[in-house]
Amino acid sequence: MIKNNILAFIFLIVISNISYSASVKSELSTKYKATSNINNKASLQRGAKHFVNYCSGCHSLKYMRMSTLAQDLGIEEAVFSKNLLFTDKKIGETMTIAMKESDAVTWFNAVPPDLSLTARSKGADYIYSKLNTYYEDDSTTTGYNNVALPNTSMPNILANLQGGQKLVLDSNNNPVSLEKISDGTYTEIEYKQLTNDITNFLVYVSEPAKLKRYSMGFWVLLFIFIFTIIAYYTKKEFWKDVH
Amino acid sequence: MSSDNPDNSRRKFLTGSLSIVGGTGAAATLWPFLSSMGPSAKAKAAGAPVKVDISNLKDGEKIDLIWRKKPIWVVKRTKNMLDSINTSDEKHKDPMSENAEQQPEFAKNKFRSLKPEILVLEGVCTHLGCNPAYKPSENKFFCACHGSNFDLAGKVANGSPAGANLKVPPYRFEDENTIVVGELPASIEIQKG
Amino acid sequence: MSEKNQTTGVIGWVDERLPILSFVRNHLTHYYTPKNFNFWYFFGSLAFLILFLQIFTGIFLAMHYKPDAKLAFDSVEFIMRDVNLGWLIRYMHSTGASAFFVVVYLHMFRALMYGSFKKPRELIWLFGVFIYLALMAEAFMGYLLPWGQMSYWGAQVIINLFTTIPVIGPELGIWIRGDFAISDPTLTRFFALHIVAVPMVILLLVILHLSALHTVGSNNPDGVEIKKNKDENGIPLDGIPFHPYYTVKDFVGIGVFLFLFALVVFFVPEMGGYFLEHANFIPANPLVTPEHIAPVWYFTPFYSILRAIPDPAFGALAMAMSIVVLFFLPWIDRNPIKSIRYRSTLFKINLFVFVIGFLILGYLGVKAPNPLYNALALRFSEMYFIFFALLYFYSSTRNNLFSYVFSGVIIFLILIYDLLRISSDNYIMILTGLTLVITFVVFMTLSPLYSSLNKEKEVPDRVTE
Repeated sequence: MIKNNILAFIFLIVISNISYSASVKSELSTKYKATSNINNKASLQRGAKHFVNYCSGCHSLKYMRMSTLAQDLGIEEAVFSKNLLFTDKKIGETMTIAMKESDAVTWFNAVPPDLSLTARSKGADYIYSKLNTYYEDDSTTTGYNNVALPNTSMPNILANLQGGQKLVLDSNNNPVSLEKISDGTYTEIEYKQLTNDITNFLVYVSEPAKLKRYSMGFWVLLFIFIFTIIAYYTKKEFWKDVH
Repeated sequence: MSSDNPDNSRRKFLTGSLSIVGGTGAAATLWPFLSSMGPSAKAKAAGAPVKVDISNLKDGEKIDLIWRKKPIWVVKRTKNMLDSINTSDEKHKDPMSENAEQQPEFAKNKFRSLKPEILVLEGVCTHLGCNPAYKPSENKFFCACHGSNFDLAGKVANGSPAGANLKVPPYRFEDENTIVVGELPASIEIQKG
Repeated sequence: MSEKNQTTGVIGWVDERLPILSFVRNHLTHYYTPKNFNFWYFFGSLAFLILFLQIFTGIFLAMHYKPDAKLAFDSVEFIMRDVNLGWLIRYMHSTGASAFFVVVYLHMFRALMYGSFKKPRELIWLFGVFIYLALMAEAFMGYLLPWGQMSYWGAQVIINLFTTIPVIGPELGIWIRGDFAISDPTLTRFFALHIVAVPMVILLLVILHLSALHTVGSNNPDGVEIKKNKDENGIPLDGIPFHPYYTVKDFVGIGVFLFLFALVVFFVPEMGGYFLEHANFIPANPLVTPEHIAPVWYFTPFYSILRAIPDPAFGALAMAMSIVVLFFLPWIDRNPIKSIRYRSTLFKINLFVFVIGFLILGYLGVKAPNPLYNALALRFSEMYFIFFALLYFYSSTRNNLFSYVFSGVIIFLILIYDLLRISSDNYIMILTGLTLVITFVVFMTLSPLYSSLNKEKEVPDRVTE
């Protein structure tokens, strides 16, 4: 396990350096970085619970098969069915939702996107900063605006957990920071963990195979390495004839 | 060239190891590909147990449902039909349902069922997979493909091309009128455990 | 054929009817290859391995993929999640596509370095360029299949290139798509071409490429023809049988390659968005163009050339020319010396600058355009073509008049285009770029007259290692 983690760590460093030169977003939204670790089962389990509680009313995970989820997160199917299963669904089904698109348009003026692949298409940091950068703005219909996704039509459903925030602008009207103006039921650290767990969960959902990839990859590399060593000495032996 | 070589044994050893390791690698590489052809998580999920309500099932009537993409028959046998079932050695290839492949433990009885009047069978002929027809007037199932006869407990008649009795799927009664196909009765599980 | 083998038994019986043993002899155990192959000679066999890998993984992906605009995206996620180890097969295929181009580019660079396209190997080169073209078509059509945003908009951009062709263009675009926009018929025909037609063409071309190679024999880092020096049995003195010597050597290359390949497949299959683009995880949406469309990395040098000229038709023409010119390479570079080892310093500079320029064009192709990048893309596109002009120029020793006229013509062509577009807004950038290119051209064409930079070395009779 340690070997795998070290390898995984090295590659994460490598890719984090070359990944994502996302489009020119507000400086402010890039300050919110998720610390995603899909090997943290506890975090994934909390994230799954929070997702079902807070998000799954509107957002589907239409590619996430619940039996796979239960297995990967180490939750027994019976426990899973009792706590996380959406009403009248079977565990072998995917996490679709019952909300009609036409209703969604009436309620939110938009269809809440499916979040199965958001962590892959937009990145974990985007999800994390989206959940953390709501601020009060009277000019919008929901009363809130968002730094990561300006003019979002998604209501700030975690408002009573996080509390209220206000956008601080500098003299040139550029956003500098978000300032807390009222307390929520969660402390700042608790809220950060909540949103990080949800983000982490969505990172897992975007590619469940990632859990298996690293450990399998280690053994494959080891095998190929041994093969290459033998091939190298065989080559050297045969090439004695030539040199 | 190589026969003159003093290191011939070393050479043989190295080529041997290379072939073995390379061959193992090639064989191992085949695994994901072969495995990908097995049922997917989706297909397995679609093979989950199915429920059927039999409260409206009339005497002598048969209903069809689908479990794991296979036809499952539920027949409510009449008194007359039950009388037609016997375990005569002369008439049947496997009168006592000895072949454990063909039914769960609980159905190894005269009527091959949990409750005598309710018959649950996989409607797939054990010869080559056709769907036998239900002939209530003749008290039998008849497979038109190659002429196999089965009685109303699914037992194959002597002289049929089919070699085994029709399969009884795992099922249980959730309540009086609800059958769950694909799950064994709870008591059986406890016995096993 | 005189020494037809005497094997008896089953193998002998078969060999009399089907020449497998003779085939093995002719192409492996008694196929003589130069003994001095270096690192650059791994990529031919690696390309062959990847071709096999792509066909194999492709067959299994086709078992689960659904070529239907409504189902395609979902079926790819089905492969990634529900099919047993489907993710592994898919990542092998997607990584294999990029690996194929890495290997093919290195293989082509080898040919440029050691003059492997020169007489008598012109046909090998021609078939090779055809393989490269077919490979681009194959990759392009394969990229549409996941039906993500990048699949859709990438195909949109490339198919629209064809609509720039005068007169028939617009109709041609509709014909290629089978609809007025990219939609289901486009997807299904790309699927058919991707999994059946183009792979068959590639396989045929590979057979031709290899037959031509085995007819004339391999070149080598010294560019010496080993068939000129044979012993009394007619075996080249500098040759060794392909098997076992190069088979065991290639296994080492295959091992190293597979290690790197597995590293990507298991640890960084997206390669930071270069092998699998982030926006391709969003289903195709004809109403929303992603903020920034870039082709997959292996197309970006040519994409840069396309964008360098701000006119759709001329841009497309320049891009087409940049590939067409490759076909003529054996007749452009007529210098009898094959290997870079014995060619002049100027040739080395030319090749070096070309490679750097090609990489920069590739880099610019993934970036969103801006005035500086556009200016760079234009200059390096010019350098791309200047490389071939200089190859022709170095074909033999040129006299004063020819040198001056030659450099004058190139400068004149560049100048015309710049004069047509110069204005008070962009003159600084134009003049800077122009100066750099002209300096390069003048240096490369006129310095042979006043220095020994174009001096070539004598080619030995035998290979040097």
